[in-house]
Amino acid sequence: MFGDVAAVKNVSFTVNDGELMALLGPSGGGKTTVLRMIAGLEVPTSGDILIRGQRVNDLSVQKRNIGFVFQNYALFKNMTVFKNIAFGLKIKKWKKADIEARVFELLKLFGLDGLEKRYPHQLSGGQRQRVAIARALASKPSVLLLDEPFGAVDAKIRQELREWLVKLHHDLNVTTIFVTHDQEEALEVSNRIVIFSEGDLEQIGTPREVYEQPANEFVARFIGVMNVLDAEVQGGVARVNELQFPAHDVADGTKLRIGFRPYAVQISTDLSLYPYRATLRHTFFLGIMLRLEFELESGLILRSRMTKEEYAQLGLEEGREVSLQIRNYRVLAAETAALGPEKELSYQPPPTIGENI
Amino acid sequence: MAGYVSKNIRDATSKSQRGTEESPLVKWTLVALSGTFLAVFLLIPLANVFVQALEKGWDLYVSALKEPDTVSAIKLTVIVAAITVPLNTLFGVCAAWAVAKFEFRGKSLLITLIDLPFSVSPVVAGLIYVVMFGLQGYFGRWLDDHDIKIIFAVPGIVLATIFVTFPFVARELIPVMQATGREQEEAALTLGAGGLKTFWYVTLPSVKWGLLYGVILCNARAMGEFGAVSVVSGHIAGVTNTMPLHVEKLYNEYQGQAAFAVASLLALLALVTLGVKTLLEWKQSREFARAQQNVESMMNK
Repeated sequence: MFGDVAAVKNVSFTVNDGELMALLGPSGGGKTTVLRMIAGLEVPTSGDILIRGQRVNDLSVQKRNIGFVFQNYALFKNMTVFKNIAFGLKIKKWKKADIEARVFELLKLFGLDGLEKRYPHQLSGGQRQRVAIARALASKPSVLLLDEPFGAVDAKIRQELREWLVKLHHDLNVTTIFVTHDQEEALEVSNRIVIFSEGDLEQIGTPREVYEQPANEFVARFIGVMNVLDAEVQGGVARVNELQFPAHDVADGTKLRIGFRPYAVQISTDLSLYPYRATLRHTFFLGIMLRLEFELESGLILRSRMTKEEYAQLGLEEGREVSLQIRNYRVLAAETAALGPEKELSYQPPPTIGENI
Repeated sequence: MAGYVSKNIRDATSKSQRGTEESPLVKWTLVALSGTFLAVFLLIPLANVFVQALEKGWDLYVSALKEPDTVSAIKLTVIVAAITVPLNTLFGVCAAWAVAKFEFRGKSLLITLIDLPFSVSPVVAGLIYVVMFGLQGYFGRWLDDHDIKIIFAVPGIVLATIFVTFPFVARELIPVMQATGREQEEAALTLGAGGLKTFWYVTLPSVKWGLLYGVILCNARAMGEFGAVSVVSGHIAGVTNTMPLHVEKLYNEYQGQAAFAVASLLALLALVTLGVKTLLEWKQSREFARAQQNVESMMNK
């Protein structure tokens, strides 16, 4: 558990050996602070940090045996690539021959052969990042920490670097924690994700868990797009305009916040197939996917998405009338009218209503 | 994409510059005016120093410099600089480090205090020490009882010189250190380096040109300081006269040629300082341009 330092409070999570973990959240959410606390660059006012079961709070940065990759790499600009990577080894008084062997091994592993005599300013952005990671890994740290590893490169090489990082992690199997504000990146790269907002931990889970079973509305909205509606329960059914969601065993008057992903909205041009009637209002092109906005008869707007092929198959166009149904959804929050909002937590919403995909 | 945008912006600014540019007549008038001004007030007098010094031939010039009081003045000046410059380098590095890398209460006060010697007349700087350590000063009696001489002795000269020259290194280093930030140092820490090693291998190399520049300026001022030193020195020929004071003394005694001979040494020091300063500035700007180029090439990729 980390202490109440500036941006972070009551954050507690465990990273397993060999895991590739993402700390995800909006800018200023306290992710970097947590990373820096693990490294020892920042000191928590309360709470403990354990590495391999050992409490490291009182260990200085130098003794924690971590590798840290800074957002802008922070390469030593007055040193060659070789000297950059060898720095930590020299400090730790490795033998000269061992240093040389290790550095060349890393250069080879990172595809940097022949660049050992270059200075950081003579490298491309991607090469600089690889040097920074090689430098951090040189003395075989127990944890590799990366602060926004793909923040400083442009979109084109970012994809390459992501794949490269996954491969690297797979090959070296070193416990890795990285910070990102890009949900797509976290979903694609990591084994597990810790989601922060404003210093609070919102959810920990695998990419699939946080996407399919978001713990709350913040996570739901932060990881991908979600339709969020306020419903009220009457006679075992939660209603929002004409939409109805089964809610057995839930007291009348309970207010539910219901969320569902765009792909959960099923569309048919056969008007009698699905229970609700709607009109296609807007189509947005997102590469191979399309985002669609449907207006229900009551005026409620729902977002859906499908591939271009599906769109063509259905013969959709803006203004077209369709029928739709909502295949699965989640209760994001609940509040009983009688108890009021402050008793919100006493009600435990069922984890998932409706079918799983 | 980013490359195109930045290029367009650059084109736009260069055009607007062209739009506001004055006619060549104005430009050349201004250049000629400042050129003439510099020649009349700086270059001709400076050249004159050397002309006067060598007027009666090389042998006399050399013998004027070999005169015992002159030799002693040169020695004293070098000793004072040799004590002052390292101390102020140390202070400057500490102050710049504190200001550039840490946030603390009273930071702006510290910056103001560093600048104080620039705004205080050197005579006042000298008087401060007389008031403190002179025979009638606060510590004068005590110092006299213990037979410690500060005023009208070398320690007083060193103190006054330290006061006058302490902003130079700090002033040069603060912006350079601020620009480099803390990341490289933090990287060194995570790699296992302690504070001292981090400073030696990472901080110092990244500010070396700025530091050298500050040291050169500090040295020039330490050797050339007149006002503050004049107050505390007591003008004892062969004992407490530094070069600038000695020049004045020779001149007042109508030994014009000897005065100019010593003055020519100070002028030479100025020229060397200027040369080194220009070289360092060029080195620094080249490194800066290289760093800039990298950022741009990265963005264009």
